[in-house]
Amino acid sequence: MATEWPQTRKTGLADALRGAREMADQHYGIWSWIATVDHKRIGIMYGVTAFIFFLTGGVEALLLRTQLVVPNAGVLDADQYNRILTMHGTTMVFLVIMPLSAAFFNLMTPLMIGARDVAFPRLNAFSYWVFLAGGIFLNVSFFTKNVFSGELGAPDCGWTCYSTLSSKAFSPGHGVDFWALGVQILGIASLASGFNFIVTILNMRAPGMTLFRMPLFVWMTLVTSFLLIFAMPVIAVALFELIFDRLFNANFFNPDKGGNPLLWQHMFWLFGHPEVYILILPAMGIVSEILPTFSRKPLFGYPFVVFSGIAIGFMSWGVWVHHMYTTGLGTVANSAFGISTILIGVPTGVKVLNWMATMWGGSLNLKAPMMFAVGFVAMFTIGGLSGVTHSVVPSDYQQQDTYYVVAHFHYVLFGGAIFALFAGFYYWLPKFTGKLLNDGLGQVHFWLMLIGFNLTFFPMHISGLLGMPRRISTYSEGQGWDIWNLLSTIGAFTIATSILIFIVNFIYSLRRGEAAGYDPWDGRTLEWTIPSPPPHYNFENIPVVHARDPFWHEKYTEDEQGRPIPVVAGAANGHEGEGHDEHGGHGIHMPSPSYFPLIAALGFPIMATGLIYDYALVAVGAAVLFVGIYGWALEPATEAEEA
Amino acid sequence: MAQAAGTAHLETSTGLDNRKLLMWLFLGSECLFFGSLIAAYLLYRDRSVTGPYPGDLFDIPFTSVSAFVLLMSSVSMVLALAAIQRGNVRGMQIWLLTTAVLGLLFLSGQAFEFTEFNHEGLSLSTNLFGTTFFVLTGFHGAHVTIGVLILLSLFTVSLQGRIQQKDSLNVELAGLYWHFVDIVWIVIFTLVYLIQP
Repeated sequence: MATEWPQTRKTGLADALRGAREMADQHYGIWSWIATVDHKRIGIMYGVTAFIFFLTGGVEALLLRTQLVVPNAGVLDADQYNRILTMHGTTMVFLVIMPLSAAFFNLMTPLMIGARDVAFPRLNAFSYWVFLAGGIFLNVSFFTKNVFSGELGAPDCGWTCYSTLSSKAFSPGHGVDFWALGVQILGIASLASGFNFIVTILNMRAPGMTLFRMPLFVWMTLVTSFLLIFAMPVIAVALFELIFDRLFNANFFNPDKGGNPLLWQHMFWLFGHPEVYILILPAMGIVSEILPTFSRKPLFGYPFVVFSGIAIGFMSWGVWVHHMYTTGLGTVANSAFGISTILIGVPTGVKVLNWMATMWGGSLNLKAPMMFAVGFVAMFTIGGLSGVTHSVVPSDYQQQDTYYVVAHFHYVLFGGAIFALFAGFYYWLPKFTGKLLNDGLGQVHFWLMLIGFNLTFFPMHISGLLGMPRRISTYSEGQGWDIWNLLSTIGAFTIATSILIFIVNFIYSLRRGEAAGYDPWDGRTLEWTIPSPPPHYNFENIPVVHARDPFWHEKYTEDEQGRPIPVVAGAANGHEGEGHDEHGGHGIHMPSPSYFPLIAALGFPIMATGLIYDYALVAVGAAVLFVGIYGWALEPATEAEEA
Repeated sequence: MAQAAGTAHLETSTGLDNRKLLMWLFLGSECLFFGSLIAAYLLYRDRSVTGPYPGDLFDIPFTSVSAFVLLMSSVSMVLALAAIQRGNVRGMQIWLLTTAVLGLLFLSGQAFEFTEFNHEGLSLSTNLFGTTFFVLTGFHGAHVTIGVLILLSLFTVSLQGRIQQKDSLNVELAGLYWHFVDIVWIVIFTLVYLIQP
């Protein structure tokens, strides 16, 4: 009875799939990627996909900046500008920073806690495929009108999609439908990976890896995952309300029937402010790994940094009204949220001071990952400070909806998150490609990006204070904005150049890069104890952890002044070159590859398309989803025992 | 070998089963989902510009009976779990089926109620009451439907002899979900039906 399933599979599609299945089992060829449940491969797919979306969102940004280079430029008309602006914001938040963070969750978390995979490998694959489906679905919206005649079909409501800009009356066409359903699909991916990583981190730690021995990045992954599973349902409800309003004539945001458009703002920002920390906490985690490694010192005040991260997680739920000061909620609400917003700066400041104290007195090794990490600390601090100016209600009244706000959130999301993510690339990619990125090109990339970034976004503080509203598609001359816009556009193209250098560096390094070896940076954590790239089972033997920074303590001990001195050769139970290939991982049972996560994921865009165009497709999508889920539930999860 | 989760045989760091922890996290997340829907309902209560209003439509005795049916289904769910934990497959099958039937009874009650309301002039677009009521109770009904599907799937799989005493976690997880959906109904029934301004 128990063997019924494999038999039915063989009589069905299996003949066609058997070859593919063999490829999948053998870890080679395209099918081994499509059916993979290996966290490292899923992480790589997340990273590559999100990077492609990064280039898309970047080209959109360049179009916007080209339009704004001089007053009354005619590159884009107002409608095109609106739509491209909306897609730039949506793409960078949901299709770039979140999935790039997810890429690092996937790649690093199991390695750093000494696990062979995540708790639910197939759910993990499902997250990726749903993310990919949602990302493609969102971008398809461009083509729902005749693109070649210059009409774009994309959403036109800005990434916050405020009501009533988003209602059918003011946004006819399907752009907003695609936006709402697309973000809804992406939310499913985030939820699934949030659940998965919490269970992984709580349950899959190697022996001795207590919570307070976990690397900071793992801690931040945990906090971010909790934020995800509690914030995504809120935006899910808001999106459902928007979808019901638009597709089924409900009245949630319809003032004619007594509906209140402010409800959207409350729900969007109740999700949106935790979302801000969903974007930045992983970046903080990455930097908290890199700074100690390249300062050759342990992280200063580890418990403070951990608890600051947790405090930020809790407090992020109590600050959302600072996005809404000008909506007239009254002085009591504004003051209360002003105070909570000032307070959330405290744990953030604690982190910044701890990072600086980590570097203080360390022997700094200014390789590219470290440069980006230091760049993060500096740029994020500027963004954090301008953030504190937003907490002051009267000052915020002046800044609301101006370029000052645009400057602020780009300092935290680009100067913060993107700098940290690039730091992560330079630091951790060698673990998975086996090749070091070229450090010289990395330095050029860093300096060009740092200069370009500041050239783009610093002038926006000034144009904003001079009164330039955000989201306008053009402006007339003589308002004192011209020079600042010109500088911003020059800066944007400088950033683009620096990204090209990174791509060149990446391709060059894949071909001719210096071999990374196990431990190119004299690292501190478990991922550096295994080969680069790691075998699919990660650890031949599950490590036993005796301390925070376990690998460091295997390599070094301290003299009386607390300086690190290498452990005498032979005294350590060193990992390098020892034991790893003795039996090549035979006998380690890893989860089997599976097509069902992909099939289940495909159901969502089909259903969403059906909701917009033809309800019959909804049934098709639901059927696909059910096939995926039932196949998933009934197939055995692990490789069959070898007889 | 039929054991579903690949890691089920491994010890976990917390001692909690992976799938059970996942289910608890999922239910935590669902709290925010229903919390947001209920908040929207409460925010818009009494804000409808035109009728029909809740007082014109609600049939409290009828809905009380269907709420009672759903509550009783939690009892039969507990009995199903108790049966399989003792190794009584037959008992589990009976109680799973009972639970599913009670769930279906509740759903037909909801379908009847929706149709009734519709006849009396309330649709999704009539007023804020229609919008918030149908979306909130509709999402709850969708959750019950998924629960019934899970119960019937477990029942079908168990007919093939694939749920034994050692697989009782499958029933326990379905039960956790089922009880949660039940509790949500208690909240909705109280806030929407019983406490009317």
